[in-house]
Amino acid sequence: MRDSQSFVPALKALVFVLALVPLARLAVALAFFPDWLGANPAEFITRSLGDWTLRFLLATLAVTPLRVLTGWHWLLRLRRMLGLYAFFYGVVHLSSYVAFDQLFSVPEILRDIAKRPFITVGFTTLVLMIPLAATSTNAMVRRLGAKRWLALHRLVYVIGPLAVLHFWWMVKRDVTQPAIYGLILALLLGYRVLARRRGRRGSVPAPATR
Amino acid sequence: MIIKRPHDIQPSEITPRGVYEGRRRFMKLAAAASVLGAGGVLEPARAQEKTLGLPKLGNVAKSRFSTAEPLTAYKHITRYNNYYEFGTDKDDPAEYAGRLKVRPWTLAVEGEVAKPRTFGIEELLKFPLEERIYRLRCVEAWSMVIPWIGFEFNRLAKLVEPTSKAKFVEFVTAVQPDTMPGVHLPVLDWPYVEGLRIDEAMHPLTILAVGLYGEVLPNQNGAPLRLVVPWKYGFKSGKSLARIRFVGEQPKTAWEKANSHEYGFYSNVNPNVDHPRWSQKRERRIPDLFARRETLMFNGYGEQVASLYAGMDLKKFF
Repeated sequence: MRDSQSFVPALKALVFVLALVPLARLAVALAFFPDWLGANPAEFITRSLGDWTLRFLLATLAVTPLRVLTGWHWLLRLRRMLGLYAFFYGVVHLSSYVAFDQLFSVPEILRDIAKRPFITVGFTTLVLMIPLAATSTNAMVRRLGAKRWLALHRLVYVIGPLAVLHFWWMVKRDVTQPAIYGLILALLLGYRVLARRRGRRGSVPAPATR
Repeated sequence: MIIKRPHDIQPSEITPRGVYEGRRRFMKLAAAASVLGAGGVLEPARAQEKTLGLPKLGNVAKSRFSTAEPLTAYKHITRYNNYYEFGTDKDDPAEYAGRLKVRPWTLAVEGEVAKPRTFGIEELLKFPLEERIYRLRCVEAWSMVIPWIGFEFNRLAKLVEPTSKAKFVEFVTAVQPDTMPGVHLPVLDWPYVEGLRIDEAMHPLTILAVGLYGEVLPNQNGAPLRLVVPWKYGFKSGKSLARIRFVGEQPKTAWEKANSHEYGFYSNVNPNVDHPRWSQKRERRIPDLFARRETLMFNGYGEQVASLYAGMDLKKFF
């Protein structure tokens, strides 16, 4: 078994580098090719970072269903990195809004968070991700104990829907894009509900992890 | 058989003497006027700007209403558009509006008027044209500076003679299901309808635009003819107009029908009234990275238009 998974460290390194490509592309465009970013570069950057936050979040949530359906148990070894990238892109996404839209004005940002539902939801989503990122190390898993750690990390089932809601409420009129993300999220979460029900009936063993 | 060579025809044989002499006199006058700078004909100042190379509009006068602020690049004005009939992404209009059929084009002007009539686009292009360099403030908190070419709406209105019953004006955008992919989706209630109070419509700042950067309007900017109301958010300025109706009641506009809580009938640019989902205090001048520009009341046209709203609560009538 060990031998058959010897490719995993190399794969992790590859995913680590590939996950930085969206950010690198934005940075290179901003520094050298502003035309790539179009007429409203800040909007392009903020939205692109938001998209990638959501994509990494969905990728993290896809690990368990994919692992069970395909039997590729090594996928689990990528999950922590995918989750941390979701948090990382979320932080850069927020920074882009703080810098380009609000010019670092703390009173303006606080007012925005209090007043505008889609900002409130977006900010809450990122705040909820902090404890998950903070407890992502092996040492923290040991300190919390597997049971409590798992309970805490079920927060992701709240974070996912909140992230989609944030996107949904941001859109002016055409909700096609958030609806697509919402549908994928619903499939990933719906799978868990079904798996749990079946597990209870004892027809299929419950997946080892969430 | 004798074939006459072209140069055998004298100009005088074709054009009556009086006409071509008059034309020469006019050209000398125009040249003199531009030298003196007295209401001169617009010089090809921005020849360096890379445009789509659409047909040029001639005899365009300057206007005292133009701002001296630096112009937004043609490429941004023509590639960053809200024109939902072609899709809701900013680059959809540039991609798909090329199919829009802009010839033949007619504009019906009707309703509470003594002389309703339909104008062909060729007639409309014969109105004395002016360049109006206006700020454009979008409700989405970005702005541009755009050199429109057009004429005051009140010139058109005078020809149809609005009656005393005309209190509002409704502007209706064309619907071409075969060229507009967006109208097959229930994003807005098509056709796109916008409206103004009659005094707003008759204000000299309100123009019907037919050109941009010295050329005819690109389709994605509302060809062949669109409204431009510079002190209101951009969506009030309906594109590709097919019909204008003078009416007694306040029109129900497309965005009001979609979300009356967020988009009011007046929609004057107002930094003190936020959109429910974002602040309107500042704006991003395209293509700036930072939203560092303070939004001005009535988009900076308060001196000209504030009197239209004397005594009105603009928080209520947003």
